[in-house]
Amino acid sequence: MNFFLLSLLKLGLVAFVFLTALAYLQWIERKVIAHVQVRVGPNRVGPHGLLQPLVDTVKLLTKEDLVPSHVNKFYYLGAPIIAVSMALIGIAVIPFGPKIEVFGIETYMQLTDLNIGVLVILAASGIGVYGVALAGWSSNNKYALLGGLRASAQMISYELPLALAVAAPLLIYNTLSLRQAVEAQQGYWLGFIPNWGIFYKGASAFPIGIFLFIAFVLFLICAFAETNRIPFDLPEAENELVAGFHVEYSSMKFAAFFMAEYANMVNICALGTHLFLGGWLPPFPAPYSDFVPPAIFALGGVMCLYHGLNYIRARDKYTLPVFGVIFLGIAALHLAPPLKPILIPLFWFLSKTGFLLFAYIWVRATLPRFRYDQLMHFAWGWMFPVSVGNLFVIGALVAAFL
Amino acid sequence: MDVILFAIFAFLSVACAVIMIAQKHPVSSALSLIGVMGSLAILYLLLGATFIAAAQLIVYAGAIMVLFLIVIMLLNAGEEPKPSHQSLIARLLGAPLIVVFLGALGFIIYISIPTEETKVTFAAAKAGSAEDVGMALFTRYLLPFEITSVLVLIAILGAVVLARKEME
Amino acid sequence: MPPLPQELINGVPINAYLGLSAVLFTLGVAGFLFRKNLITVFMCIELMLNAVNLSFVAFSYKHGKVDGHLFTFFVMVVAAAEAAVGLAIILTVFKNRQTLLVDEVDSLKL
Repeated sequence: MNFFLLSLLKLGLVAFVFLTALAYLQWIERKVIAHVQVRVGPNRVGPHGLLQPLVDTVKLLTKEDLVPSHVNKFYYLGAPIIAVSMALIGIAVIPFGPKIEVFGIETYMQLTDLNIGVLVILAASGIGVYGVALAGWSSNNKYALLGGLRASAQMISYELPLALAVAAPLLIYNTLSLRQAVEAQQGYWLGFIPNWGIFYKGASAFPIGIFLFIAFVLFLICAFAETNRIPFDLPEAENELVAGFHVEYSSMKFAAFFMAEYANMVNICALGTHLFLGGWLPPFPAPYSDFVPPAIFALGGVMCLYHGLNYIRARDKYTLPVFGVIFLGIAALHLAPPLKPILIPLFWFLSKTGFLLFAYIWVRATLPRFRYDQLMHFAWGWMFPVSVGNLFVIGALVAAFL
Repeated sequence: MDVILFAIFAFLSVACAVIMIAQKHPVSSALSLIGVMGSLAILYLLLGATFIAAAQLIVYAGAIMVLFLIVIMLLNAGEEPKPSHQSLIARLLGAPLIVVFLGALGFIIYISIPTEETKVTFAAAKAGSAEDVGMALFTRYLLPFEITSVLVLIAILGAVVLARKEME
Repeated sequence: MPPLPQELINGVPINAYLGLSAVLFTLGVAGFLFRKNLITVFMCIELMLNAVNLSFVAFSYKHGKVDGHLFTFFVMVVAAAEAAVGLAIILTVFKNRQTLLVDEVDSLKL
């Protein structure tokens, strides 16, 4: 099949799945924050509130779409477009798995495999700053302008330690392409410890990946700051700056900013997974780890069936057995040979990225926010020197041992 | 395909440059300059310079122009006032003469090199990946690299000294 | 659509990139001479630097070496340093003269 048609197919699939995943990421966030705060979260709309994103989308689409008369219309309408398009570009270079063969067509599980893949994600997040800055300025509103300027200054301040923290594992893998970076993390040492970024031993005498833990922590902190999430939430906080740079936006444009924020979160978590946690590679060698995904799904299915049979709420009699059957079906799919090389790497990648996204949501539910001057001092006074020092240490180790 | 892409992005860069020098408001000028830089990044990609294209987007369009925009928004720079006197002849003859002059300049540069010599196709780029640039940067060009890092340090010190509040 | 002329079939001739660089540089010079706002004048300088970058990369393609890319890299670094210091100077001028128009910063005129 020619390249163009195959790319169109992959593009349609990735776009559809990504946009649905963004909507359901909001559901996951609301449920997790609710359970952390010992309440239930949305549970009215579908079984366990699963139709809540659909209903929210309909609500946002049918709300009155105001364009206030005092705004600069061209930039007011262009700012969410810039924010969303730059956030969605990053998914194009993120691989979901190794080379697969479907119906006789061999292809990589990735939209495009640029040999500067990491730089594309950094560039996209750099240009995404304009969405925020223009949104703040075009709204013709003091609070929005201040929120926009603060947000853009924060984002460019934390881009520098982010780039340096990303450069540290790239020194070890020797490539800028994400697929090759994951392939450089294959293999196991001592028989069962995976060669992931943070445990990397490779051909060196001692695991130099231990020092990548610092880079990983730096990367996570800068990732929180880049996506404007708590604890670096000040530019868009509701009670600090009257919702900051998106105060004059309503309905779908407001939803566009939220979609851009979640898409940025997913991109950065996927980047962190590929660079530090080994992408789609399993934690212990292949024939044994192939049983872990079906085991997890089968366990979940059996638990749902058990609780469905001994139900507490009346509606659980109908919803939980359905979930149980679905989970058991997915477990069976993971064992089927034609789908196994696709689904098993995808499971490991999604579970690691999902764990990082859960960490995002967990931190949001737990920590207070930084004040703006504390935030900037933290970036330039602590993150930047530590990331430069970390790069120096990793460079010295790579030169000495690899 | 190369020809179509070059035509589109060359036209876009010239259009954005013309918009930049013709707009009244500095924010519009800044955004048009970002458009120029984006089109130039695509042209660098067509020339096989993948690392320079990414560096242009990250450094120039993603950091320097954000700095410009922040300063423009902070200083609340308004539109330029209209010039107090404008001669009719200048306006009538000016714009077409600029187009003629630019066209003549482009044409003269174009015919100065025989065209059979070098064609730009994306597949024929011989060097330009990050590995090549890095290899040359840290072996042959190590001294300029160190000197520019000292230069950036001096620039940071200068900017901090200029922009801080006066001590009593 | 008429077929492309023979000399364009294999790719774009390198002179087109050089001509484009000259046109962009001239537009930068024109903006530098005609605009009145300090920040816009500064942005025209950046446009001139970008035009020169394109010329460097085009020549690097022509010779098949990577040295042109390195020149571009150093031009970008120097442009970043210059932008930082220039914007600090503009901020100081604004603080002292309360204006950003080039015509009004004329207290040294005879």
